[in-house]
Amino acid sequence: MTTTQEARHPMAKYLRPGAEVTTFCPGCGDGMIAHSVLRALDDDGADLDDFAFVCGIGCAGWIPSPYINVDTLHTTHGRPLAFATGVKLAQPDTKVVVISGDGDLTAIGGNHLIHAARRDMDLTVICVNNRIYGMTGGQVAPTTPEGVKTATTPYGAEGRPFDLCRLVEAAGATYVARWTTAQPRFITRSVKRALAHKGFAFIEVMSQCPVHFGKLSGEGSGAHMHDIMRDNSVPLRRAAGLDPADLDGKWVVGELTHVAAVPSAAGG
Amino acid sequence: MTGDRRFLQGNIACAEGALAAGCRFFAGYPITPATEIAEHLAQQLPLKEGVFIQMEDEIASIGAIIGASWTGAKVMTATSGPGLSLMQENIGYAIGTETPCVIVDVQRGGPSTGIPAVPSQSDMVQAARGSHGDYESIAFAPSSAQEMFDLTVRAFDTAERMRTPVLLMADAAVGHMREIVEMPVQLNPVERKLATIEDNGAPRFLDEQVAPMPIFGRGLKAHVTGSCHDEVGMRNVVDAEALDHYVRRLSGKIRNARAELVDVQAGDTEDAEILLVGWGLVGRAAQAIATQARLAGRRVGWIRPITVWPFADVELRDLCSDAKRVIVLENNLGQMLPYVQAAIGNLTEVEGLSPKILGTLHRPADVLERIAA
Repeated sequence: MTTTQEARHPMAKYLRPGAEVTTFCPGCGDGMIAHSVLRALDDDGADLDDFAFVCGIGCAGWIPSPYINVDTLHTTHGRPLAFATGVKLAQPDTKVVVISGDGDLTAIGGNHLIHAARRDMDLTVICVNNRIYGMTGGQVAPTTPEGVKTATTPYGAEGRPFDLCRLVEAAGATYVARWTTAQPRFITRSVKRALAHKGFAFIEVMSQCPVHFGKLSGEGSGAHMHDIMRDNSVPLRRAAGLDPADLDGKWVVGELTHVAAVPSAAGG
Repeated sequence: MTGDRRFLQGNIACAEGALAAGCRFFAGYPITPATEIAEHLAQQLPLKEGVFIQMEDEIASIGAIIGASWTGAKVMTATSGPGLSLMQENIGYAIGTETPCVIVDVQRGGPSTGIPAVPSQSDMVQAARGSHGDYESIAFAPSSAQEMFDLTVRAFDTAERMRTPVLLMADAAVGHMREIVEMPVQLNPVERKLATIEDNGAPRFLDEQVAPMPIFGRGLKAHVTGSCHDEVGMRNVVDAEALDHYVRRLSGKIRNARAELVDVQAGDTEDAEILLVGWGLVGRAAQAIATQARLAGRRVGWIRPITVWPFADVELRDLCSDAKRVIVLENNLGQMLPYVQAAIGNLTEVEGLSPKILGTLHRPADVLERIAA
């Protein structure tokens, strides 16, 4: 007698029952990021009941909501850090993780981002940066490279994109890392370090949106965009020896900031 | 201060009412004429193991209190018109996600930055219709420092019982006036019903009888979203039927409770030919002016709806059906007037009267002149 066993994804145990069917587009990086985050929790042997996930509006907000089976607060557009601040201050033992997109956290929510960093709020923030508004159909974001033609910049995006890591570092974040979806194991490692870090931890994950950014920029399919990110990622140590001009169009990846937690006045 | 009889500023009475009701989390942003509430709670909350935080703006302030409410805390923010405008989106979020919270609006003159320390009643409709979408609002209007205390307590109790935001519509005059306030020795604050692991599967949202709240940190794996959702909180952004259910249930919850929510104070209405209707401090002026008119031999009564929303239409119909004229006094150009007209316009003559100078109380002489007209 033979038995067949249903193949289960090793992270499927963390998915909310009834929410197993993905709504992400083919080639999207959100599934890879979800996997990398859940892998970190799994490696840590974390109990999800000790966590609250908070997210805003946009595709990346759908990574926790509804897929991860954990207390989840899916907030208004741009505001997850304000809501997360309330959760954390009122229930300090809960580990509060924010997963949201670049438009949500840095355009409409930019003020909350710099203030949460300034306060060094004990939050783990994963900013999925796909350089465009995906959910609404490919409009320019504050992270879109100059010249890229989007639905609302048909003649090319103007203005320089944010360097999000430098922005939050300058605002006071004490753990800052950047990776791309081409380095999933490093995302996992950073999430673990961010969760262990006491203070504002910010992880920028460059991610592919083939349906909008890939099409509009000419970078093409998800697989091709993934290759571009892999080939243009420059580890921090190597970047230090390069001329800034050589880093044009590339992503410096690694742990950019990791300041040891400063004990609070209360000794906490 | 419970059990005390103190000479207090209205805003301080509000802050003391919040503490007495069990408020343990306040987030806010400085704004005249509401700032004293934040300042008092900044001093008091840390002494009661509570949290005070000044956020970067009013949008963040209400976001933070909603987040804190999901941990089970009783929460409040306080602002004035410009801040209430900024809070409107997340007021809708709190309604849609059924999050208890108290929002104090110490009204000042507008539009825009307007005039910070001059009282006004120009946010009365914003309190009910300021956020987008179909919804029902709950708001109370205090007329004294005592009511700044009492109605703040009531706002908390109502928010916790109904699992929804409750607004306290004060104004610069009520917030800044100083009066004797008596604080009860013993309060029995309402505690919200909480979902438990054992009742898993029972509705967590959209119950017209108010679903127990699946607060965070209890292993309930709550899914809370401002998107259209069902009884367990799962999002449905595809089906119009889901929207219909979402909107009707949320509104039904408040509409079904209107009898216990709506509170109206009135005097000398029985034989009155003319009735003065006013909210908040203006309602208190209406009472005083009606008394003066009585002394002058006019049959004048007064009505002060303490509950602004839901609108006291049934109560006004009962009280006004035999009157010849109803004069609606408001410190604005007539925001509540259309609601009064809609409620009783077919029964009696309804007219509005603003103060001669907006931002001041009605002068008794002006109202008496209108009564005589």
